[in-house]
This record gives sequence, C-alpha cells and structure tokens, in this order.
Amino acid sequence: MSGSAIDELFERTRAENRAALVGYLPAGFPTKELSIRAIQAMVEGGVDLVEIGLPYSDPVMDGPVIQAAAEQALAAGARTSDVFDVVAATAATGVPTVVMTYWNPVERYGVERFSADLAAAGGAGLITPDLIPDEAGEWVDASRSHELDRIFLVAPSSTDERLSMTVEAASGFVYATAVMGVTGAREQTSSLGEALVARVRSVSDKPVGVGLGVSNGTQAHEIAAYADAVIVGSALVRCLLDAPDEDAGIEAVRALAADLRAGVERS
Amino acid sequence: MTDVQPAPARPAYSQPDGSGHFGRFGGRFMPEALIAPLDELDRAWTEAKADPAFTAELDRMLREYANVPSPLYEAHRFSEAAGARILLKREDLNHTGAHKIRNVIGQALLAKRIGKPRAIAETGAGQHGVASATACAYLDLECTVYMGEVDTERQALNVARMKMLGAEVVSVTSGSRTLKDAINEALRDWVASVDTTSYLFGTAAGPHPFPSMVRDLTRGIGDEARAQCLTLDGRLPDAAVACVGGGSNAIGLFTAFIDDADVRLVGIEAGGDGVQSGRHAATITGGDVGVLHGARSFLLQDDDGQTLESHSISAGLDYPGVGPEHSFLADTGRASYVPATDAEAMSAFDLLCKTEGIIPAIESAHALAGALRLAEELGPDSTILVNLSGRGDKDVHTAAEYFGLIDEPVVLEQGVEE
Ligand SMILES: Cc1ncc(COP(=O)(O)O)c(C=O)c1O
Repeated sequence: MSGSAIDELFERTRAENRAALVGYLPAGFPTKELSIRAIQAMVEGGVDLVEIGLPYSDPVMDGPVIQAAAEQALAAGARTSDVFDVVAATAATGVPTVVMTYWNPVERYGVERFSADLAAAGGAGLITPDLIPDEAGEWVDASRSHELDRIFLVAPSSTDERLSMTVEAASGFVYATAVMGVTGAREQTSSLGEALVARVRSVSDKPVGVGLGVSNGTQAHEIAAYADAVIVGSALVRCLLDAPDEDAGIEAVRALAADLRAGVERS
Repeated sequence: MTDVQPAPARPAYSQPDGSGHFGRFGGRFMPEALIAPLDELDRAWTEAKADPAFTAELDRMLREYANVPSPLYEAHRFSEAAGARILLKREDLNHTGAHKIRNVIGQALLAKRIGKPRAIAETGAGQHGVASATACAYLDLECTVYMGEVDTERQALNVARMKMLGAEVVSVTSGSRTLKDAINEALRDWVASVDTTSYLFGTAAGPHPFPSMVRDLTRGIGDEARAQCLTLDGRLPDAAVACVGGGSNAIGLFTAFIDDADVRLVGIEAGGDGVQSGRHAATITGGDVGVLHGARSFLLQDDDGQTLESHSISAGLDYPGVGPEHSFLADTGRASYVPATDAEAMSAFDLLCKTEGIIPAIESAHALAGALRLAEELGPDSTILVNLSGRGDKDVHTAAEYFGLIDEPVVLEQGVEE
C-alpha cells in the first residue's frame, strides 16, 4: 500500500472494527462559503472522509436531489477552480478529502493541471463516476505522479472480468454502487450491495465503500456490517435543499452525520 | 498468380477500433453499471448483422413498411436556380417522413431479437420520438419517449402523434429542458431498467456501440444513392452533402463514399444566428473537443467544460454535441463541416418549395443551403448529391411564422366558406 491518507483511514477504522463514514456535498452549493460551512458541520458530525462534488451541467448518474443542487450551484456561478478552495478548507479539518466529478470538467481543465491543483489543495484523490479504467490512461499517469487515489466504481452488472480489472486499477478504496440506478435516498437499502462487496473481496483486500440510497443511521448500520465504508450523498444534500434557512440546513447536516456515525459505530 | 491483387493505394476505411474509438474520438464515458449492457448490445448487434435471417427480415420491413429504398431525384428547377446539377436523395418519402425510421426499425428489431419488451428513446423535435413510437407499435414493444419540456411545448403536435401511436411521453424538466436533458433522463431510466429495456438512440452519437450501430443502420442511404448515381450518370457525384445534428443522416450518406477520394463530403451544421453570435449549434465549426453523453467528440462547452445551450431554428439540429465519427472525419480532413445560418436555411427552404413543390424539413434545408454555396464554387458542370433527410410537415408552423404567413387575418377570413 502506498500509505495515502485514505489508506491510513481504513487501517484505523479496520483496527476500530467499524466502517468508515463517507459524506458527499457539492462545492458551491448553495454558495462556496456555505458549502464550506456545511462540509465542516458534516465533519464535526462524524464523517471520516469527505467527497466534494463538482457541479456539472449533465449529471447523468444523479437523481433529482443532486441535480437540483448542481443546477443551483452553477446558477450561482460555481467554477471549477472553486472546488480547490473547498478542498483546501475541508482538508484543513484533517479528514481525507476527495473530489467526485464527471469527466468533462477535468478534461477541460487539463487532467495534469487538475491533478496538480487538487494535490496542492490537500486533496487525496478523485471519484470518477463516468470514467472507467479503460478510458483513464491519462488520469492514471497523473494520479501516480501526484500521489492521488483513483476511486473507480463497480456495479452489480459488472462482469467478473470487469470487476477484477476495475478493482486492480483502483486505489484508496473501491466504490460499490449498490443499486442499478441513479443517486437518491431510498426507503430500503439494496440487497445487491452485500453480494457486490463479496465479489470485490474475492479478488482483493482493498477497502470497499457502498453507496447509493443510504439515508439514515439504521441503513448505515446495516451496510457497515459488510462494507468498509458507508457512502451518503443525496440525504445530506437534501438537508440543505429542504431547510427553511441556511443555519437550519447546516445543523440538519450535522445532525444527520451524527446519526449516520452512530449507525456505523453501533455493534 | 491469379489470386494476387495489387496492394490498394490506401487501405480501405475501417473505423472504429474494437473498443469504439475513431482515432482520438468516441469510446465510452459512462457509468460502470452500463458498460456490461453496452458490451452485450455490441455483441448482439455484431451477431445480428452477420445473421442473414435478421438482415433479410430488416430489409423486408424497410421495403414493405418504410418505403425504402428512397428514390434519387434530379431537381431540375432547383438545379437551374443553384447553378449546378442537384440530385436529391428522397428520404422525405420514407414512412414517418425522415431517414430516422431506418435506424429505429433496426434497433427495435434488435430489441425483439434479444427479448427486451420495453423501449425508451429521447427526442428533440419529436421526429425520432415519432419514429420510435411507430416502430414500437409495429413491433409490439412498450415505448417511453423522453422529451424536454421546452420541446414538448414547441412541438405539441408531435407529442400528440407519439401518444396516438401508443407511446408514453415524459416531459423532462431538468437542466435546459431540451434534447440534451432528454438524453440524460433516458440514460437515467436505462441504468435502472436495462434488464428489460432497450435504449433506441436517435443519432450516431453516444457511447460505443451506438455511433457505429446507427451508422450501420443508416448507411443504406449512401449505398443506395451511390448505386442510383451510377445508374443515372455512370459516374459518382462531385460532392455529397448532408445536414449534421448528431450526425445519423450525414454518416448514413457519407459511409458509402468514404473510399471514393474524388467525392467531396460536406456536412452542414446549424449556424443559428451565425457562429460569431454565439447562438448556434455548429459543434465542429464552433466547438472544442470534450466528453458528452458517453463519447469524446466536439461539443459546445464553456471554459469549465459545462455544456452550452445550442440554438437553431431547426429543432433536429439543436444539439450541442455531434457523433464522434464526424469529429474524426473532420480531423482527418476526409469530410468538411461548414455552418449554414437560420436565414440561409430558410431561404433554401423557400427555394425548394417554389421550384420543386417539395417542402423540406428545416434540418434538410440546411443541407440545401450548403449545396447552394457549393454550387457557386463547383460551377454548372458539377453534380451535387444532397440528402433530403426529411419532409417539412412537422415544420409548417415554424416556417409559417418565419415567413409571416400566420398573422394574416385576411387568409383566415377569406378561407372560411359559408
Ligand atoms: C429530417 C431530419 N434531418 C436531420 C436530423 C438531424 O439528425 P441527424 O444529424 O442525426 O441526422 C433530424 C433530427 O431530428 C431530422 O428530423
């Protein structure tokens, strides 16, 4: 193992015999400053690793909640360069921080330049929902030279061959999308998650995070029983979307993070 | 040594590579969840097109049902006005009024073959949606069409047509509420429904294998036209011209001629108010390379890689992306791509109506505008083949507004018979 910030996190949570809690919020939603405050509240609530979303005009893998946040962020003038400020502020809290982004904004910014700026801001890696390892040559090179982790996704539909190849190409952790569908909180967690994690474990001991659909501590607890990380996105974003005012939204984020953290710690 | 042929001067054109790349373009930029289904589709299509029973069935359907092959027509009066000989490939005479039916019947028949009872499609103007609803009625598939809310409003009659044909039409309210967002929403449906559902993609864009599969299904346009030109003239045309939205009718025309180095291939993009104005859909002329809807190609984007909204009087060309093979052909110089503005297209539209009694689709009017410009350059001895990709019935309202034919109460009063 390269001993990245993410590797260290999973060594620690494995030693503590618990799953890590991963929280997602978009940069620049509702504004850059408020997104930084919301992420800080999420960390104070107990998130172990932060995923910062880069708002994009065509988020094909996202459901209505994250779409709405991205639209509002872009309408408020969010720029690619803003994400590095949000990364820097988040990394300063001490938690490993990754950016989750569709590929075109990275390619447009320049893969090498994006990687350099992400590393300089203290970022730990990238989650790339529409970039498969087959197309990722330039990013693999840049991630190596800037010591960034490459978090690729596996899905219930992945063939054994693709799953092995993807896990092999990934570093930090493997992102298991537990449902066939877009992001969005669901009433019940998917039964596909556990089987998918088992398939990853049969080829690698890299940590596996499970996402798509988690919205409360009870669901987080269920997933923590078999995964190395529980990934929560839409439910946190919805705290901000639904709140009557900014402070209430930020407090709701903090409270949800605490509930989720209690869920992953409960034995 | 009878079996030894001299080596060809240039190897025949063969694109894409095994992973769907046309040089640096194309590929697959899609969530992992859809990669295995795309691989399955690729395999299914490769098998189907090599299966004589499948291709015979498809040919029969196109012939009996879709009115294919379409005629080649020498447009004498239009030629006279143009100053060069213009041959029109009459895709406007196909069932549902455009080349789109070729693509859709092929994809729907493939859906039947692989046993998926439900089909989804995106549509901008509604042409691909209508063709999809038609093919699904014909082949007994359940059909859902995604259409941006802005387009459902400006194309209300096509919404009604799709519903008459038994399709469900979903109005998409996300993003810019136009074609690109309809594609996003169809992809979101597909990732959750792929076990039972085929995505009938409407143009030669998207992730592999869509660009090459749609090309395979539309290439009959050029194959037929090439043979028809040879029958008519004993020689090939000097140029082949088509409009380019996502690129299906253009790639369908160009493919047969790619190895004919003397035939100029010209794609006409939607220039809107003019490329300098920023209000256009001329993706190759005015865009840059990036990734949209699963492939690397030219696209209209801002400095941050956010997709820009396109503008065109023609809803079918109003798309900020373009199929990857066109980007490749532009890069290699084998085809050239130039814009025609709204005004140029509408002037060519008017000319075809008045000289030939043919009302073209506004998309196709862009190709006619390009041919008029090319005629000036190539002169009276030249022959220009133009793909008349569709008819203008769907555009009567837009054209009537453009030419000021609607706000004339006189017409209404005089037209009422007691
Ligand atoms: C008649 C006609 N021509 C052309 C197009 C543009 O599509 P493509 O570039 O895929 O041929 C459309 C799309 O709706 C159309 O209806």
